[in-house]
Amino acid sequence: MAKKLALIASKGSLDWAYPPFILASTGIAMGKEVTVFCTFYGLNLLLKDLSHLRISPQGNPDMPMKMPFGPKWFQSIDFGPKIPNIIWNIPGFELFATKMMKKTFQNNGMATIEELRSICVEMGVKFIACEMTMGMFGFSRDEFIEGIEFAGAATYLDVAQKSSQDLFI
Amino acid sequence: MKFDKEVDARKLNCPLPILRCKKGLSDMLGNQVLKITATDLGAEKDFAAFCSQTGHELLNLDKTKNELTFYIKKRATD
Repeated sequence: MAKKLALIASKGSLDWAYPPFILASTGIAMGKEVTVFCTFYGLNLLLKDLSHLRISPQGNPDMPMKMPFGPKWFQSIDFGPKIPNIIWNIPGFELFATKMMKKTFQNNGMATIEELRSICVEMGVKFIACEMTMGMFGFSRDEFIEGIEFAGAATYLDVAQKSSQDLFI
Repeated sequence: MKFDKEVDARKLNCPLPILRCKKGLSDMLGNQVLKITATDLGAEKDFAAFCSQTGHELLNLDKTKNELTFYIKKRATD
């Protein structure tokens, strides 16, 4: 019988979208059956349009911040500790940081979230959207990608009990 | 070393080399050999783990300063 991996994806920012999709795709490549239960902000990872995912420098004061362009000496400066956190309250700055982060991902040969998710879907990762948080946030089923399931805590616990690996992200 | 298929996973970062490897192996026959090249240095441990979990055999690894070349024999029964 195939080994099983169960993940809870609870975060909906661009940076935290990576771990569940990386582990899910790798797990399935390694021959596991993978289920990802998306709850609270993790529901964002199942929306048809992922372009709104952002990073939050304000919520992550230790985030290293190196520019993805310019000469080498410039790229090696870590602006993270140098920028006062209050800067991120200025409209547009968070969007700029998100843009820089996407560029950094691209420069490092990382897949985009859209690519990773479609690989997961193609390879047969099972996604479950938490029905309770969907109702709470006012999402409707047609806002989500095709082929996912809608269920609640009991379904996840049942899947997790039958899995040998189980992570909350 | 002889191989039946080659996959270039250079300049790709985790988890893409593993995903490319899995995709490369999927249309091959048992006991055929896949050559895959990667520049993600973490792939050295990752490919060993991938092979130990899936039953494919890591025949050989050529290491240069910035590049890893793996030869992986697909497991016989699939």
